[in-house]
Amino acid sequence: MSETNPYPFLLLLLLAAGLFAVAPLGAAWLWSKRFSPRKPGQDKNAIYECGLESKGDAWVHFRSEYYLYAIIFLIFDVETVFLLPFAVSFTGLSSGAFIAMVVFLLLLAEGLVWAWQKGVLTWK
Amino acid sequence: MGMAERCADLEMIDEGLRSELSKQGIFTTTLEELYNWGRKNSLWPLGFGLACCAIEMIATSMARYDLARFGAEVFRPSPRQADLMIVAGTVTKKMAPQVVRLYNQMPEPKYVIAMGACAISGGPFKQGYNVLKGIDRYIPVDVHIPGCPPRPEALLHALMTLQQKIEQQSLIGEERPPHLTAEAPSEFPVPQYGEHDLVPSKNSAVWQPPVMTGTGG
Repeated sequence: MSETNPYPFLLLLLLAAGLFAVAPLGAAWLWSKRFSPRKPGQDKNAIYECGLESKGDAWVHFRSEYYLYAIIFLIFDVETVFLLPFAVSFTGLSSGAFIAMVVFLLLLAEGLVWAWQKGVLTWK
Repeated sequence: MGMAERCADLEMIDEGLRSELSKQGIFTTTLEELYNWGRKNSLWPLGFGLACCAIEMIATSMARYDLARFGAEVFRPSPRQADLMIVAGTVTKKMAPQVVRLYNQMPEPKYVIAMGACAISGGPFKQGYNVLKGIDRYIPVDVHIPGCPPRPEALLHALMTLQQKIEQQSLIGEERPPHLTAEAPSEFPVPQYGEHDLVPSKNSAVWQPPVMTGTGG
């Protein structure tokens, strides 16, 4: 038995799979071009708001202050997720992994100090 | 018109020959039949209910009555993906503009089943100042189901009736359905809240009040 390259066959399957997905979409598109006239309209093109007329604009501003919550979430939530496996395998870690983890912790600790100084942690 | 001619050619296949061929395992069809077969077996309803009829509609879609047998179990949360509007329940005058707007937002082809006494006529609440006396005053209804509420079997029957209607729609020619006719409207005027009633109180293009033709007492 000679070794055959399995990849052309896989490529063929990939093409068939792609065609299987794209061909019905293409057929539907051609079908609508041939038979169905386009009927855009005021309501049809309007924003869907459960049947009500939408009020105002969807392009509203979000307060940029929310980034503080993102930082504090990283410190108190994501950090905990990494701290647990770090603590479990602490004795078996290489020095490189240890340094990487300490850098990560220090960065977040710096964020905590910064947020504290900004007074974010004070309940108003 | 190559496609149209081919359609006409295929329709000329003799019914006897066709059944003879199908006995031998050769199935012939027309483009039109294939198209309608696909459409009638994948009617996706818009997922909304207005009153108690909606409970029956939900029961229809669940395991006991199993709307999925008809390919119509995919209730869509957006009108953009729906083919079928089941008006299930009392349409108040407050709600009517929203129902019409949702119908307008559905892409074509679109169909409407008015489910229950309220949706077809106002039902037991017909005398109410706030109740619309039938959604067919504003949008074209394909199938009306009486009943208060109609049982799930009645909704299934309405769906099968609609499937028969779709099956008979022709792809070309003068009698082709509205979604294939460029002039047929896709949107219908949304009524406004007036001082005493919805304005206009009906869409004359789709509904005319019944005319009394009796000889009289």
